[in-house]
Amino acid sequence: MDYTEKVLEYFRNPKNMGRIENADGIGKVGNPICGDVMWIYIKVGKNEKGEEIVEDIKFETFGCAAAIATSSVITEIAKGKTLEEAEKISNKDVVEFLGGLPPIKKHCSLLAEEGLKSAIEDYRKRAKEKNEKL
Amino acid sequence: MIYLDYNATTPTDPRVIKAMKEYFFEKFGNPSSIYEIARENRRDIEKAREKVADLIDANSDEIFFTSGGTESDNWAIKGVAFALKDKGNHIITSQIEHHAVLNTCKFLNKIGYEITYVPVDKYGVVDIDFIKKAIKKETILITIMHANNEIGTIQPIEEIAKIAKENNIYFHSDCVQTVGKIPISVKKLGVDMLSLSAHKFYGPKGVGAIYIRKGTKIETLIHGGEQEKGKRSGTYNVPGIIGLGKAAEIAKEEMEEEMKRVKYLRDKLEKGIIEKIPEIVINGHPENHLYNTLNLCVKYIEGESILLKLDFEKIYVSSGSACTSGSLEPSHVLLACGIPHEIAHGSLRFSLGKYNKEEDVDKVLEVLPKIVEELRKISPFWEKK
Repeated sequence: MDYTEKVLEYFRNPKNMGRIENADGIGKVGNPICGDVMWIYIKVGKNEKGEEIVEDIKFETFGCAAAIATSSVITEIAKGKTLEEAEKISNKDVVEFLGGLPPIKKHCSLLAEEGLKSAIEDYRKRAKEKNEKL
Repeated sequence: MIYLDYNATTPTDPRVIKAMKEYFFEKFGNPSSIYEIARENRRDIEKAREKVADLIDANSDEIFFTSGGTESDNWAIKGVAFALKDKGNHIITSQIEHHAVLNTCKFLNKIGYEITYVPVDKYGVVDIDFIKKAIKKETILITIMHANNEIGTIQPIEEIAKIAKENNIYFHSDCVQTVGKIPISVKKLGVDMLSLSAHKFYGPKGVGAIYIRKGTKIETLIHGGEQEKGKRSGTYNVPGIIGLGKAAEIAKEEMEEEMKRVKYLRDKLEKGIIEKIPEIVINGHPENHLYNTLNLCVKYIEGESILLKLDFEKIYVSSGSACTSGSLEPSHVLLACGIPHEIAHGSLRFSLGKYNKEEDVDKVLEVLPKIVEELRKISPFWEKK
């Protein structure tokens, strides 16, 4: 199976690339030996209801077109969502968004899901440590 | 379009197409029949056979037509393995062979043959001493490719052939990447069998040949109507064979000029890339390589991404071997050369040929640095400067 037009489009023009200086949480997933590494940076803010939301999100990715496209898509889906909503984003949402992925590249979407979850986890861990210090 | 993937396949030379054309309709006969159009076909096939023999300095009765390089490799390896099964069951090959050889050996291993995979040095040159030590009384065949399709490294075939001969072992070489590109003499190389493929040197796809030195004990794989002196059955692929013959004739005439011209372009590309892009690793042997092949790794980014971005610019290259693109493992050839996984993932292969012009190289040198910069910008491993 080839890449869909949408995958190629997101690979060509990815959104939210780069790093966030002083990020509130960073998720580092993947392994360079396997050929795909994603780093997801998040900045956490609050919405009108006072819930924590993904205010800003960026990625850095080493990998194939699918890895770059899925990184971009997960940041786009997550941006503005509450942390609880963002944590529920699954790789299926990413694959659906892209109109499918070649079977051999499905792990890229999993990596994107894990990257976001791990960034949120990192944020929560840091917040907890901060609270404990106070 | 800028096509830089000539090791994958080449466009068919229009002169070859012209030569083939009449064998589809006017001269459509089955050469195995006895009437005049068939006899004429037979004569034309023999002329094509002579041209192929001429290209590799063989006798025409030692050339057998096949469906291509893969069949020739299968025939050589399985054919000898089956013919000599009472003599021994050990085959020596290298870690960097094409899958046509590797997977054939894997199959033979499954049915009881023992295979030794000879390692290579960092340039992809096989370890001759390792071969010498691997030889035992059960060894029936050594099969080592002439030039590697991915990195272009040329193996010391004459030396290996000598070792094989001294030990009374058959020697086969997959010469798919060298026949038609560089001068080849089966006599000088000292091979017992050699595989070649038409579409790698401007002939049509689906046709190739094997050279089998007279007297070589080899079993037939394809049984049927006894074509090719009973050694390879199946109705003659007449247009294909005519095309292969024409391609061989053209290659022989134009090779010398082409070698100089393409070498200049490839070397210019290499020099330009090294100048314009930092942190590049050039793969393969620095001198002893195919003059048209440039394989390199771009550190911190991944080959497929570069390939697709070049594709957006209508520049066609490959990453490692096209045959491995369905897998996630980086090229077995680069890994065998000791290149770490994370660097091997960033490999790119440029292979140039007859229809490339200097502008093509200039265009790549203009576009590639930008692509690399873009991808490195989003790579977590690239230290932003």
